[in-house]
Amino acid sequence: MSELKTGGQIIWESLIQEGVDVVFGLPGGAILPTYDDLYKYNYPVHHVLVTHEQGASHMADGYARATGRVGVCIATSGPGATNLITGLATAYMDSTPLVAITGQVSTSLLGRDGFQEADIRAISMPVTKHNYLITDIRDLPAALKEAFYIARTGRPGPVLVDICKCVQQATMEFSYPDDVNLPGYRPNLQEPDPGVVKRVAQLINEAQKPVIVAGQGVSMARAEAELRQLAEKANLPVATSLLGIGTFPSTHPLSLSWGGMHGEAYCNYALQECDVLFAIGARLDDRLTGAFSTFAPKAKIIHVDLDPAEMGKNLTIDTPVVADALLTLRAVLPQIEPNEHPAWLAQINEWRSDTVERDILAQETDELVAPYVMRQLWHATNQGDCTVVSDVGQHQMWEAQYFNHTKPRSLLTSGGLGTMGYALPAAIGAQIGKPDEEIWVVAGDGGFQMTMPELSTVMQEQLPIKIAIINNGYLGMVRQWQDVFYNKRYVGTPLFNPDFVKIAEAYGIPGRAVTDKADVFDAIRQAQNHDGPFLLDFQVEEFTNVYPMVAPGKSNADMIRRGRTSDFQAG
Amino acid sequence: MPESTTKRHTIIAWLEDKPGVLNRVTGLFGRRNFNIESLTVGHSETPGVSRMTFVARGTTRDLNQVQTQLDKLINVIHIADVTFEPAVVRELALIKVTATSQTRGEIMQLVDIYRASVVDVNMNSLIIQIVGPEDRVDSLIKLLENFGIEEMVRTGRVAMTRGSTYEGHGWRSTEAVRFNNGKADTNGHLT
Repeated sequence: MSELKTGGQIIWESLIQEGVDVVFGLPGGAILPTYDDLYKYNYPVHHVLVTHEQGASHMADGYARATGRVGVCIATSGPGATNLITGLATAYMDSTPLVAITGQVSTSLLGRDGFQEADIRAISMPVTKHNYLITDIRDLPAALKEAFYIARTGRPGPVLVDICKCVQQATMEFSYPDDVNLPGYRPNLQEPDPGVVKRVAQLINEAQKPVIVAGQGVSMARAEAELRQLAEKANLPVATSLLGIGTFPSTHPLSLSWGGMHGEAYCNYALQECDVLFAIGARLDDRLTGAFSTFAPKAKIIHVDLDPAEMGKNLTIDTPVVADALLTLRAVLPQIEPNEHPAWLAQINEWRSDTVERDILAQETDELVAPYVMRQLWHATNQGDCTVVSDVGQHQMWEAQYFNHTKPRSLLTSGGLGTMGYALPAAIGAQIGKPDEEIWVVAGDGGFQMTMPELSTVMQEQLPIKIAIINNGYLGMVRQWQDVFYNKRYVGTPLFNPDFVKIAEAYGIPGRAVTDKADVFDAIRQAQNHDGPFLLDFQVEEFTNVYPMVAPGKSNADMIRRGRTSDFQAG
Repeated sequence: MPESTTKRHTIIAWLEDKPGVLNRVTGLFGRRNFNIESLTVGHSETPGVSRMTFVARGTTRDLNQVQTQLDKLINVIHIADVTFEPAVVRELALIKVTATSQTRGEIMQLVDIYRASVVDVNMNSLIIQIVGPEDRVDSLIKLLENFGIEEMVRTGRVAMTRGSTYEGHGWRSTEAVRFNNGKADTNGHLT
């Protein structure tokens, strides 16, 4: 007879079996037996103490996105568990593999509104791929096994395991299951149908104006090389979604940068004019498409996604392909004929030169603007050899427009849920997952303050994260909507900010405020040369807005464009 | 069929009988904005597997979403839209109708015509049970309203395809897939 193990021990042993070496969490009453077992285990798993549980779920998310492994966060019952929700919803929208472990009150107290009781299984149901409430220790090993399996397979996502305190304290003989028993879960629908592959190849071969739209699914399938081969073989221009940034080098001649609400104009024009649109690993959401009925009106759309529910969810799809991105690209590639598409590429180049002419950076201005900061950051990091974790808002769009990502997984951002406050904690997770990577937080002054206390975690873990705050004194993107749609009535958007450099100093993190364009590069170099975390407060021009811009519910063809340089010079 | 045409669909889902599974299903209907007209759930022939029949109204796109989103729930084993299949579709209703000595005979005649049955008799009322397609149930209820309906309960639609289960839409076909390493074709259909 093997020795009896407590539920808490079973949790740690299961995590170790799953290859987990770090968890992000904050203890409390209902999870304390499990924390106590971590002590007994002589810390086989590194526990990162967060200041707020939302930080724990974002850190697990950043860790997972940076490494491709399952991120793990842990919290107590009630408020501990509910604080995880924003991070779980963020991970769910962006398909991040994550396991959340929460303590729950003992079974004898369940349903009695006891201290720190919340029905986190019901609360988390809409924002998790699956979840569990464990009331019997005998169900614990299988639930943990299944949680990791479900989180990382198929279309990845967060899974929550809520474990009653008495289960953590109970004991049983433990063996980690080898297999899962999930008759309703069939994640391995991977190989594309040969007939469908033939049709895809035929559509691409016959296309006069083809465009590829690559999403995050391409990097999840690690199919960046195959994507590039496909594009180069037949000279197919490649647009990405926001989360697809990095799947195709944005400096490549065939790159269309990224499309949608604040995507580059030449990209949106190409999407609107194309006759075949090959979307792969992108869910084609409203921020990319504009009004669904107006998107790519002339195109036959091929949609490759391993989630059948994405097929036709938003758009009418000509050729749905429910399959893995890598296997699909591999199957399609040999059937693609070389093609030059000279007229189409010439048309795109014409649109592109028009965009270049309207570039903010081409304008002669002494003002410090965020696009300039982003471009300098790109230069300073050896043309983007780092990972940027951006927050949500104007700075996020400028980062995506002006930092030319060429490396897979080099931009982590909350795309689907648009979670302000994501960047700092997600960067902590990313840095822990990739200790040797240069990690930059790019955050607005509003979003940064939402999770700013996690500077404490940066300090505790001695992480060399570099932070660039794009500080314009407003909730900038909301202010931009007020500019455009609400006649400049700035209700609730002006910010009265603290001195961010002093805040950083209080955490033992050096910082520097930058107000002058001439100091940008030097300040970035100073941050890079500092052995440890560093905060830069870029106090940028207040009223600069992000263009192009497609109004919500409008067609991508109806962009509000940037002004031409000649317009500025004329007047 | 044009994109915007809506139609009522009868869908059967086989669910693992796990805690919270109904919560997951109804929660999904709510948050995906699906319009569900009736839903009934009970045991199937297999222990541990519940069988749900529901009626949803929507366009082709809506119904495709209902099924694919539902199928993503881990505890949902299999789904079949039987709207266009040859199927037996039934509903049961219990109707407590006001009945005096003067009206009782007339009500009993209606019960006979509709092949319903009287399952409880009281001095002032009767409970009538009817099993049948919904339009027949609707029709009887309409007639009984003339006498005064005191209480009523309807189960909602249940359905079963005709012919052999193994050729049809039974969840057993999924069971077979489990032993076939979960292979399915590009439409998510089982091979």
